[in-house]
Amino acid sequence: MFQLPSGAEIESIIATLKSSVGFFVPEIWLSVLFMLLIVVDLAVKGRKNNLLASVAALGLAATFFFIYPQHSLATGEIFFGMYVLDEFALFFKYFFVISGILAVLVSVADEQLNRDVQSIGEYYALIIAMVLGMIMMASSTDLLMMFLSMELVGLTAYVLTGYLKKDARSSEAALKYLVYGSVSSGLMLYGFSLIYGMTAETNIMKISAELALHGYDPLLMMLASLLILAGFGYKIGAVPFHFWSPDVYEGAPTPITAYLSVGSKAAGFAILMRFFFVAIPHGGEPFQDIAGLDWLMLLIVIAVISMVYGNVVALWQKNVKRLLAYSSIAHAGYVLLGIIAMDELGTQATLFYLLGYLLMNIGAFYVVILIANRTGSENLDDYRGLGRKMPLAGAALTVFLISLVGLPPTIGFIGKLMIFSALLAKGSVYIWLALIGVLTSVIALYYYMLIPLNMYLRDSKQPDEDRDRTPIVHQVALAVLMILTIYFGLFFAPLTDFAKASSAMFGLSIY
Amino acid sequence: MLSLIVFLPIIAGLVILAVPSSQKQIIRIVSLLAALAQCVLAVLIWQGYDAALPGITAAAGGAPEGSFQFIERLPWISLDLGSFGSLNIEYFLGVDGLSITMVILTALISAIGILSSWPIQKQVKGYFILYNLLSTAMMGCFVALDFFLFYVFWELMLLPMYFLIGIWGGPNREYAAIKFFLYTLFGSVFMLLVMIGLYFSVIDPVTGNHTFSLVAMASQENYIKDAILGPDSVMWRYVAFIVLFIGFAIKVPMFPFHTWLPDAHVEAPTPISVILAGVLLKLGTYGMMRINFPLFPEVFQASLFVIGVLGAINIIYGAFCALAQQDLKKMVAYSSISHMGYVLLGLAAANSEGMVGALYQMFNHGTITAMLFLLVGVIYDRAHTRQIDKFGGLASYMPVYAAVVTIAWFASLGLPGLSGFISEAFVFVGAFSAETTRYIAIVSVLGIVFGAAYLLWSLQRMFLGKRKPDAAYDLEVGPDGHEHIHFHDWKGKLDLDTRELVMLVPLAVIVIFLGIYPMPVMGLMTSSINKLVEVLSPVVMTALN
Repeated sequence: MFQLPSGAEIESIIATLKSSVGFFVPEIWLSVLFMLLIVVDLAVKGRKNNLLASVAALGLAATFFFIYPQHSLATGEIFFGMYVLDEFALFFKYFFVISGILAVLVSVADEQLNRDVQSIGEYYALIIAMVLGMIMMASSTDLLMMFLSMELVGLTAYVLTGYLKKDARSSEAALKYLVYGSVSSGLMLYGFSLIYGMTAETNIMKISAELALHGYDPLLMMLASLLILAGFGYKIGAVPFHFWSPDVYEGAPTPITAYLSVGSKAAGFAILMRFFFVAIPHGGEPFQDIAGLDWLMLLIVIAVISMVYGNVVALWQKNVKRLLAYSSIAHAGYVLLGIIAMDELGTQATLFYLLGYLLMNIGAFYVVILIANRTGSENLDDYRGLGRKMPLAGAALTVFLISLVGLPPTIGFIGKLMIFSALLAKGSVYIWLALIGVLTSVIALYYYMLIPLNMYLRDSKQPDEDRDRTPIVHQVALAVLMILTIYFGLFFAPLTDFAKASSAMFGLSIY
Repeated sequence: MLSLIVFLPIIAGLVILAVPSSQKQIIRIVSLLAALAQCVLAVLIWQGYDAALPGITAAAGGAPEGSFQFIERLPWISLDLGSFGSLNIEYFLGVDGLSITMVILTALISAIGILSSWPIQKQVKGYFILYNLLSTAMMGCFVALDFFLFYVFWELMLLPMYFLIGIWGGPNREYAAIKFFLYTLFGSVFMLLVMIGLYFSVIDPVTGNHTFSLVAMASQENYIKDAILGPDSVMWRYVAFIVLFIGFAIKVPMFPFHTWLPDAHVEAPTPISVILAGVLLKLGTYGMMRINFPLFPEVFQASLFVIGVLGAINIIYGAFCALAQQDLKKMVAYSSISHMGYVLLGLAAANSEGMVGALYQMFNHGTITAMLFLLVGVIYDRAHTRQIDKFGGLASYMPVYAAVVTIAWFASLGLPGLSGFISEAFVFVGAFSAETTRYIAIVSVLGIVFGAAYLLWSLQRMFLGKRKPDAAYDLEVGPDGHEHIHFHDWKGKLDLDTRELVMLVPLAVIVIFLGIYPMPVMGLMTSSINKLVEVLSPVVMTALN
């Protein structure tokens, strides 16, 4: 049955692998870093947390030296069309490495994590593995590779979520995450198999060509799109695939919550855009499917429900981590609006919004961690009077929240401006989507402002007037994040130009 | 020059950031100096202003020079958007007859607000940083000629205002602060969408690019015919006009969007009430005159009657509500709603008399209402109550206070010889001479009667007659045999002290002077108002079509 490849074939395979490796250096470095961290951990027997953190952070920073030269490499597929190097992938490489560094930084800040966990051990190694997995998610062009990279991210995320072994909430969250994750992976695989059944291809470019050539059954395509969206939607945390997120966000160690809310979500958007834009770019005009139903329509529905549901349910939250979880569901909806525009401006807006979200959401969780270090609680009631006791943290959190609402002069405002511009540039078809977007952001103002309300307008029940004990390193890091949030709200041209340059995907024909 | 007047308060705010919070006096003085410098700059701008230039739209050739003055125009952000050309946002400031009066008013009221903030003891540093931020945002709104820049300043006002009411306000401050925030944000998010839509619809005649410039947007020939807000897109132009109008009307505040105002005023500390009534409300009507009406003149012409009716409702409903109030501050808040109704009525007249009256009323309302709220603050500081029936016979014990109150009250009810009379008279002349608003004007005159009623009645109950048995103060017979009153825990001077006089006397002088000789302010605005009326006139619209 199975024919052994000839010597010449083997040689050509080896030659391709050799030539591809040169395009894969950052990923290789991250793998090395992953193993290095395990070795260092064994050497210090898990006692020197800060050493491990420094190695992880410096190692991640070193990745930039491997990513930057890739700009001069030719764009194209490597490893037999499994993987791709293009501007879009490079954008997410930077994105995930930066988010990884920030995740390490906030992990160092979290006293609970460093106190309750006997041995921090492979924690940082797993963060590196997750960065690697997310980078691969953004660069995969083959259904198999997509699945593998998503599982790499998923599995590391399950372990990290349950890292607080003594905390029942943490274990519960990990289990929930695992169960939901397995189901959605299964659904997605089913969708992949349907696509494979229709085209006999696993490479997304070839799938696209095959579909264009031979046509397809719209109903079957609808079913496949829906199933695949279940997998991607789970990663981005959009309704109705969001059920895991409030519990996981609340239960996971806060640094991991911060990281998941930004990194994992962004990876989900990256893979969603690449898959749908390249493989089945049939959304939009002309609608050739039954009654105009296609994946684009599905995305519109998901986006609307996410914005409304996330923002409305957040109103009743009493725990700040849960509140931010629902807000992140709503933000998934806003980002989807940029994808729905399905043109260059939309992609640019999406990428820019993700950059802004990285800054403001990690920043917000950073403050949540610093506050939890002081009060040991994430309840809204325990935030009373903190504005005066922790002036910098209070001011920074207010700036991040204002940015999340989308008020100027912050990066979040520019993000919303770009998203709505992308929608309105399409003429009047999507005005109603933009309207829902702005109206739900008014709702969002209310629950976001509950936090400054408690911090500034109410006095704490136990007046303890001790000084802010936050280490100077974290004060500086926080101040930098806050200033960047405002700076990029006023002078956003470098980031938008970067986002525009990064909107080019290999094999893309829609814009 | 304009940059300096806008950003001086923020610079002061940054200086204050470096001052330790125990140095309260230094913080106050730095803020006051910045505000006084703003006043000096405002006077310099006023002196250098050429009242003959029209403003509103660009001069012939599409350039704003020769029409606007003190222009500062720098490219701020320029983005390449591929097929959509390039996104150009400019740092574009300038004044014309609409904004120069408001710049002067803002500088004046900001400075008086700082004097009025002197007694605040709670978190002084935070207070003045927020106050200065608010001050910059207000001034920025009035001089911004780029819609994007305007929007940034507009939204920048919300957060400081939220905290100023929320931290330094009265017992129910949380509710009032968030209500203010939600209401105004609700209005402004639509403005964001309209702004984006306008951007895609307007071409700068000089550069050929899409633009956020309000100057370019004010000329209908710069619109792309088939764009989303272009002349062919009738329905969306109506929608855009209505949502912009609602956004600005919330700020005015116009019935039925006014409910946040009494709450905000009652809870806000005195200086914030002064700022709110003196400057912030004007931003609503200023926005209408600068953005809402000239950008959609044909819709404006079609809705004159509705705007007039809404103005009349404001006038009469506001006066009725004021009549029913027991709380003096709430009464003044409703009188504010009533008086902003005159502005709307004047705008609805759509002729030069009405529009001049409206803009002049904005200025006068700023000075008069600032006085009213300061005077309410004076008595509240002493008595810790604002209930009208807790006073009586104050005139004989606090004669200076009573005199200033009388000036302010009579200015507010429109007594001839005081500035309020002239603007209201112009509004009525304008409204009566326009056919659409003639009958509305007749009905609205009733507002003056009710206005006189609540003002005179409150004056009579508080200042005339004798001390009431349950009054907020005790009566003592002094060693000289005269009767004095005594507030329970008030250590300061019984009648107005120096600081209060310094705040009130300049305002009173302005109110009297502008009532006798209005030209220093009115002269600034006439050529711009004439231009605005021309831009809004149906003749121009038909010529374009």
